[in-house]
Amino acid sequence: MTTTNTYQRPELVCPAGTPAALRAAVDAGADTVYCGLQNDTNARNFPGLNFTPAELERSIGYAHARQAKVLLAVNTFPPAGHFDLWREAIDLAAHSGADAAIIADIGVADYAARTHPNLRLHLSVQAGASSPEAISFYCENFGIKRVVLPRMLTVAEIADLHRQIPCEIEAFVFGNIGMMAEGRCSLSNYVTGISTNMNGVCSPAADVHYEEDTEHRLTTRLGEFVIDRFACGENAGYPTVCKGRYLCQARTQPYYAFEEPVSLNLSALLPDLMRAGVTALKIEGRQRSRAYVKKVVSAFRRAVDDLMAGHDASLSSLLALTEGRRETHGAFAGKHWR
Amino acid sequence: MTVVDVVAGDLTLGPVLFNWSADRWRDFYFRIADEAPIETVILGEVVCFKRAPIFQSHMDQVADRLAAAGKTVVFATLAEVMSKQERALIAAACADGAHMIEANDASALLRLRGRPHHIGPFVNVYNEHTVAVLAAGGARNICLPPEAPAHTIDTLCPAAAALGVTIEVQVFGRMPLALSARCYHARANGRTKDSCQFVCENDPDGMKLQTLEEKPFLVVNGIQTMSSEYLNLAGELADLRRMGVTRFRLSPHTCDMVEVADVFRAALDGRLDAEATLARLEGLNLDAPFCNGFYFNKPGNTWVPVHSS
Repeated sequence: MTTTNTYQRPELVCPAGTPAALRAAVDAGADTVYCGLQNDTNARNFPGLNFTPAELERSIGYAHARQAKVLLAVNTFPPAGHFDLWREAIDLAAHSGADAAIIADIGVADYAARTHPNLRLHLSVQAGASSPEAISFYCENFGIKRVVLPRMLTVAEIADLHRQIPCEIEAFVFGNIGMMAEGRCSLSNYVTGISTNMNGVCSPAADVHYEEDTEHRLTTRLGEFVIDRFACGENAGYPTVCKGRYLCQARTQPYYAFEEPVSLNLSALLPDLMRAGVTALKIEGRQRSRAYVKKVVSAFRRAVDDLMAGHDASLSSLLALTEGRRETHGAFAGKHWR
Repeated sequence: MTVVDVVAGDLTLGPVLFNWSADRWRDFYFRIADEAPIETVILGEVVCFKRAPIFQSHMDQVADRLAAAGKTVVFATLAEVMSKQERALIAAACADGAHMIEANDASALLRLRGRPHHIGPFVNVYNEHTVAVLAAGGARNICLPPEAPAHTIDTLCPAAAALGVTIEVQVFGRMPLALSARCYHARANGRTKDSCQFVCENDPDGMKLQTLEEKPFLVVNGIQTMSSEYLNLAGELADLRRMGVTRFRLSPHTCDMVEVADVFRAALDGRLDAEATLARLEGLNLDAPFCNGFYFNKPGNTWVPVHSS
């Protein structure tokens, strides 16, 4: 396919769970890297992951020296009485020179907009804003400059949305795909007592248990509930409630009631997304290794550069990196997915 | 009761979240109007825009009957809004100047800004700063998400009261846990949201999912996923009232909701103690046990036995 170049060069937004991953992403050609602090203020609050304030400042220095941007995710919902931690994170974003803060909570957005009017704000996918009016609510109230779209819209719907909102669009193109509307899911809390919205963790590792039976089948348990069982050779994704197999009366066999363990891979739709008016292409995976980040970012860097030069983009090597080595276009390719 | 300076508390009937037939829906509300000690009734489709036309022909009749019985009628908006049809429903609901509207997403917040409205449990309200922003936009009552623990409720109530906002908490019924773009009722039956043929009508309390060990786990309601257990905070009513909660939400099921309302009314009025309240509710013979874990900062599916207060 050769296309006329009818789109702007998109910004490639890449994940960093550690300072080393951030440097790897920048070196591999990321335009922008996003990261979070080592606490409940971000939605990838896993042990061994994320940045101290000092690491954040050094990492911003590293990225800025190479013309890359850094976004700080402060995208969970502070429970009442604990707002200080989120306030400190926003203050840090402003004072450390982060290029934007990614927020979800209405109270956090209001604090950031009032206290740091020069701090650029992006609306996290966790805010679940999926219509022009919802996005406008955040733009008009808090001066949001960019929305990260929920992974529930088709490309045609994104193009339509683009014409109706006063801010930029960032869309996920690769990585783990949660089945539930982000920021609107208490399933993990229902099972484990830890809230994805308030604590930034889905399926905390301490609550995940694997049991092998005599036939060498692995049973995955989250809290006290079995969420899947599979043969040892089978590829399995990270165990979340929404990727599990269950029984119901309409089915004779266990089935993936919500979604199979697949990853989002929109590499084939990149030209369509760019034409639809997407400003920034987002890669999921702050919990992934530095080596993974390097491979995925390099591949997307090449793909975007090829497309901008009017060539085809080849991203077949990415399939090996997807969860369970199975990929999906999710909602983006059309309404039949729903 | 030793506490005399707290109001007894109002009962709210949340919207029917399931796909009930038009006649069942109408008859349910007629009986509520005639028999249930409920102050406020929320009407309207919250889960799926495709269901909205099903009971629309009865809407005026039901709203009139409830109002004639002295109930306050509030109209709820959809929880998930993407498509043109969904947006049109929000626009139509918010154009209704005669009734209070309960907003369940940010698009409704935009349309209701500057006029008095309610906030439904599908809007993420977890802290006092969010309450303040919403109050400034016209919010007068906020029904908290079911995962809000006691500490959060306790902190939010005085903050909200200072702004003239009342706090409402769901105390009965399956808990809404997640929303999705995909319809899981359709998926279970090999269909999609567009081709669903309204298969959700077969499950008036939701479609049960079991784990591979055949343990009841979740309930599917179209694009919504809910708890298998029925939330029951009857044992926590006294605590909630002390915190300053003034409105208590019952979420409709096919069980005897007039009995549910009678029991909670009696408990709020101090005519039933916690044990007797629980015994009456156990008499409903529901298809799943009770839960109250979220309130105690425990897994939401768990049950902390009623403590004497």
